[in-house]
Amino acid sequence: MKDADKKRILREMIFYRRFEDRTFEAYMERKIGGFLHLYTGQEAVATGVLEMAVTGQGQKNDYVVTGYRDHVHAIKTGAPAREVMAELYGKETGSSKGRGGSMHIFDASQNFMGGYALVGQPFPLAAGFALGAKHKGSDQIAICFLGDGANNQGTFHETMNMAKVWNLPVLFVCENNQYAIGTRIERSTAVLDQYKRVCAYDMEASQHDGMDVDVVMEASKKAIDFVRSGKGPYFIEFMTYRYRGHSMSDAKGYRTKEEEAEWEKRDPIKIYSERLIKEGIISQDDIKAWEKEIDDEIENDIIKFAEESPEPKVEDLTKYVLDDNPDPRWIGPLQK
Amino acid sequence: MAETAYWEAIRRAHDEEMANDKMVICMGEDIGIAGGTYKATSGLYEKYGEERVIDTPISENSYTGIGIGASMVGMRPIIEIMSINFALLALDTLINAAAKIRYMSGGQLQCPIVMRTPGGTAHQLAAQHSARLARMFMSTSGLRVVTPRGPLDAYGMLKSAIRSNDPVIIIEHEQMYNLKEDIPEEEFFRPLEGAEVVREGSDITLIGYNYSVHLCLEAAKRLEADGISAEVLDLRALKPLDRESIRKTVEKTNRVVIAEEDEAPVGVGAEIMAIILEDCFYALDSQPVRIHAADVPVPYNAKLEKAAIPNADDVYQGALKALGKI
Ligand SMILES: Cc1ncc(C[n+]2csc(CCOP(=O)(O)OP(=O)(O)O)c2C)c(N)n1
Ligand SMILES: [Mg+2]
Repeated sequence: MKDADKKRILREMIFYRRFEDRTFEAYMERKIGGFLHLYTGQEAVATGVLEMAVTGQGQKNDYVVTGYRDHVHAIKTGAPAREVMAELYGKETGSSKGRGGSMHIFDASQNFMGGYALVGQPFPLAAGFALGAKHKGSDQIAICFLGDGANNQGTFHETMNMAKVWNLPVLFVCENNQYAIGTRIERSTAVLDQYKRVCAYDMEASQHDGMDVDVVMEASKKAIDFVRSGKGPYFIEFMTYRYRGHSMSDAKGYRTKEEEAEWEKRDPIKIYSERLIKEGIISQDDIKAWEKEIDDEIENDIIKFAEESPEPKVEDLTKYVLDDNPDPRWIGPLQK
Repeated sequence: MAETAYWEAIRRAHDEEMANDKMVICMGEDIGIAGGTYKATSGLYEKYGEERVIDTPISENSYTGIGIGASMVGMRPIIEIMSINFALLALDTLINAAAKIRYMSGGQLQCPIVMRTPGGTAHQLAAQHSARLARMFMSTSGLRVVTPRGPLDAYGMLKSAIRSNDPVIIIEHEQMYNLKEDIPEEEFFRPLEGAEVVREGSDITLIGYNYSVHLCLEAAKRLEADGISAEVLDLRALKPLDRESIRKTVEKTNRVVIAEEDEAPVGVGAEIMAIILEDCFYALDSQPVRIHAADVPVPYNAKLEKAAIPNADDVYQGALKALGKI
């Protein structure tokens, strides 16, 4: 990989961290409502996997879908960060025109197929995108990011089975942060290594460190190549950790300070920046300079855009429920 | 014109739409090699192959979800659910996903799926195979719900549903698959919106949908023998409802019976009754009457089942009540 790409990847992860931190502040100022789930700590997973996927090509992109912790996945797939922020602010200029909010970021122009609040629901949707891609003869694949907790839904088992039987081009990415809200995985799940669970469906699977973006990229590349070559679905598990609470209303009383400190030692941004400094690709000063640039961009472009954008009009309340321009031949009304 | 059974009409609509557009696929349990529980997809597997006529495992929620996902990237899936009772397993993907994705995405994405499923009582299938549930779907924003009463609508509405850009639930009925009607041999479409007066009358209106339209028609015949002119309105679409046609017929006849095969609470009849009160209360000469199932899980025993489910005589008696004759 070129030095320029390594630098970009590190800078992106720093950006995601600071973007999420800034949404935290905006939430505290009550500029953002509803539930807000931050990705802090897990940045290497979405960054590394999507770095290896086809993104930034608009409608040629791979299809990407995830749960409610979706800001970073959306941005890395190609959704403009200012539109994601505007969505959190509930503005008409937001990714979903202010109709979705934090948990429902969509950018169809980039094949970012959404954030969904129903745990486990994206499994079948992703398999459906893959079915569509296969039917159209395209070499796109579908990539579904979900948590460890989602694997206890029926949709997990149902979809793994069908994805395998129908040999669908779909990559399931399990971000195993060991918690489903406040329930630690041992207390809810009989098999702790999630990748082992899909052997019931004879699916290719593997488990990797999700804190080291180099590891994530290497493993994802293999998995993505496998899926794209038509060999069928693949389930990849990354061990990771979220630093913040499940959402903003969470005091983290269910885990210890020691455990948190252990994981923070393996912080993805720390690991990668130390590596790049050691390789002589960047210096500590570069990072300082980036942080300043990023904060400026977030404040003077992204937040400004979100703050200054108009809200949706109340007259448009009932837009987008059904097709707003239906063809009268199919819809009617019936001629009497 | 060709005499066509309800199931044949559905089959023909599938066949024509699949021939017309490669993006149309169908999926469901036993619809392919087995040809469908009610033969509605028979012969399609042989003609279009396993990639387009997909036999699914018994995983209603997820294969519906897969159909929805496929529809979001340009496909036109027709999803058959063997019985509406089993559609309860697919409510998450249908109601939480298909019905909401256009809205949540600010209009960027759409879910043009068709879900076909028989809802209604047949003969002694007992509680877990006799659900009707139309009321549950008709109360969901973002869905279209239609109830073809015969082969003409079964064919024409399925074709429209496949072409419409919205998720459409088509509620069929186990007792209607062999119902026959003459339908044009040339291609035609029937719109997904609009109620239809299927029998003109002046003394009273009988409102039905799906199978209960036939109960209304039978009751209307008996009323005619009594010298009473009954109008029959088939709602056809439960979502969105055609308020205008309801108002018109009530203003014409001033008396109304609403016949539904489902239980009454929070039901189709309750909604129609509310519309009548809101839109044309002063046109009424008597209290509207609802004819509906008993508020019980459907029993197995034939005598009990008969007592639980409304029939044409119940609609007839309801009309006499609305007319002040009993
Ligand atoms: C069907 C459903 N059940 C319950 C919830 C409430 N809920 C939201 S997130 C969550 C935990 C999910 O954990 P996991 O899949 O591990 O994802 P993580 O939050 O750790 O990223 C639960 C129980 C929900 N949103 N949807
Ligand atoms: Mg988790």
